[in-house]
Amino acid sequence: MRRRLITFWRIIHTGMINFMRNISLAIAAMAIMVVTLTIVLFSIIINFTFAHTISQITGKINISVFLKDSTTQVQTNKLISELKALPNTETVQYLSKAQALKIYEQENASNQQLIQAVNETSNPLPATIIIKPINLNNIQSIKTFLSKPAVSQLQSDPPSYSGQEKEAIDRITHATNVLQEMGVAAVVIFAVVSVLIIFNTIQMAIFNRRDEIQIMRLLGASTWFIRGPFIVESIIYGMLSAVISVLIINASFQASAGTLQASSLGLLDIGYANSFFNQRFIELLLVELGLGIVIGAVSSLIATRRYLKFKTR
Amino acid sequence: MKLISLFKPILNKIWAIRQTNPASQHVIIKLMILLDRVSKTYSRGSKPSLDRVSLHVEPKEFVIVVGQSGAGKTTLLKLLTREERQTSGKIIVGGIDYDKLKDREIPLLRRKIGVVFQDFKLLPNKTIFENVAYALEMVGMGNKEIRNTVPKVLDIVNLTGKEDRMPVELSGGERQRVAIARAIVRQPKILIADEPTGNLDPKHAWDVIKVLEKINRFGTTVLLTTHNQEIVNRLKRRVVTISDGKIVSDRANAGYKL
Repeated sequence: MRRRLITFWRIIHTGMINFMRNISLAIAAMAIMVVTLTIVLFSIIINFTFAHTISQITGKINISVFLKDSTTQVQTNKLISELKALPNTETVQYLSKAQALKIYEQENASNQQLIQAVNETSNPLPATIIIKPINLNNIQSIKTFLSKPAVSQLQSDPPSYSGQEKEAIDRITHATNVLQEMGVAAVVIFAVVSVLIIFNTIQMAIFNRRDEIQIMRLLGASTWFIRGPFIVESIIYGMLSAVISVLIINASFQASAGTLQASSLGLLDIGYANSFFNQRFIELLLVELGLGIVIGAVSSLIATRRYLKFKTR
Repeated sequence: MKLISLFKPILNKIWAIRQTNPASQHVIIKLMILLDRVSKTYSRGSKPSLDRVSLHVEPKEFVIVVGQSGAGKTTLLKLLTREERQTSGKIIVGGIDYDKLKDREIPLLRRKIGVVFQDFKLLPNKTIFENVAYALEMVGMGNKEIRNTVPKVLDIVNLTGKEDRMPVELSGGERQRVAIARAIVRQPKILIADEPTGNLDPKHAWDVIKVLEKINRFGTTVLLTTHNQEIVNRLKRRVVTISDGKIVSDRANAGYKL
């Protein structure tokens, strides 16, 4: 057991020493890794930002159902529970006539005359049910339900679908969806390309030292005693690259903060992206570290394979 | 010096070999190296590099293998270090039957055999000390023990004081002595030296040979291949001559003759 521990530590130690001694190669391999990890990190942030933008826009959309004053409490409760049972409703909120009036007063607080006029008559506003759909693009089931005769006879007016904004919102949602998909595709493509390049770089490094591996082999070093340091070395590349890429993104946010301060670059909400990065800093760093370690370990594992086979068959 | 478990006295084990030749007797022998009609053919259909070679080497023997380039000397040594696998025949070294050796046991075998090469094969990025220590590191010896052991071995090969040099800073003869130190630091029962003097001038060559003799006096079996007539003549040891993949002569205290 003790011997195993010594060997384990030795493999790590040798890997670190090799890293220092092969610093020029390390820089080459790391440069590529940094680029990859930076792109990946950037894409993650953009994706979350788009998702946030979409949810913000769609969060504002709801369907209002206006009830006749003659509707009884029992009928209202029945309607609410039926709406809640629909598959596409996220929340169903009930506003009584008094509550509706209050909100109306708040919204028009600047127009005292209007409020006076409303208050002079008996409350003209209908009780309202506000439905928030889960998926905005799929409100047909709600529409169908609301237009059933039994339901529509309770309504004073046709339901309002967040009015005129719907079409504009649809277009924005569509655009962000496309951008998001492109982002995912870009991440995948970049990741694949860079894994290939990193793999190649590490394989070159190992090719340069194949004589050394052969000597170690002849001296009776076990496969893992030879391979271990290479893997440790590559993992160090990965970890350092991850840290550097996080620092690059951090620096670019700080640089842009001055000029673009919380403004939106088209659909990309820089302010949100920045705060997302700051809030999730640890998680993002861990994701990057994990990715760097995996890329490094896998490429060196594959690259060392061919030089470690016994040719005794 | 306390030995780690790998150096169990397997090498002294007695094993039985059925001598199928002649009259199928059961003979128990205590041998360090046993080759029984070993052949090696590199590619199908070509002439064998070794053709039914049988060789017995006793513990503590000093055997010189001579023969022209291409005669099969190097093939013989590569079979012993299991860099190559014999096409047919039986190889038993220090009690280990090579037919029963699994791939993952090859490193363990090599740790029991010290090997010295014509081109030294030192690790270029490691200091002299680290090169020798590497042989001990891979078997999991503690740092303290390594720091104690390595200087003693460097002393045997007369390299005290050069611990921190890199291999490129040393002469050929010195480098070869580092290689020998590395080969013997694990106290193998067998030392295989493949033309260790091939790249050295006569004076340095003789230094290396003297070290080999010293190691042999300590009790290590030495198998030396060489081209060098003078060395063979001065050593006055058992000489095995290989020609065309066959052993053509095997004489004690012999001189050089091809």
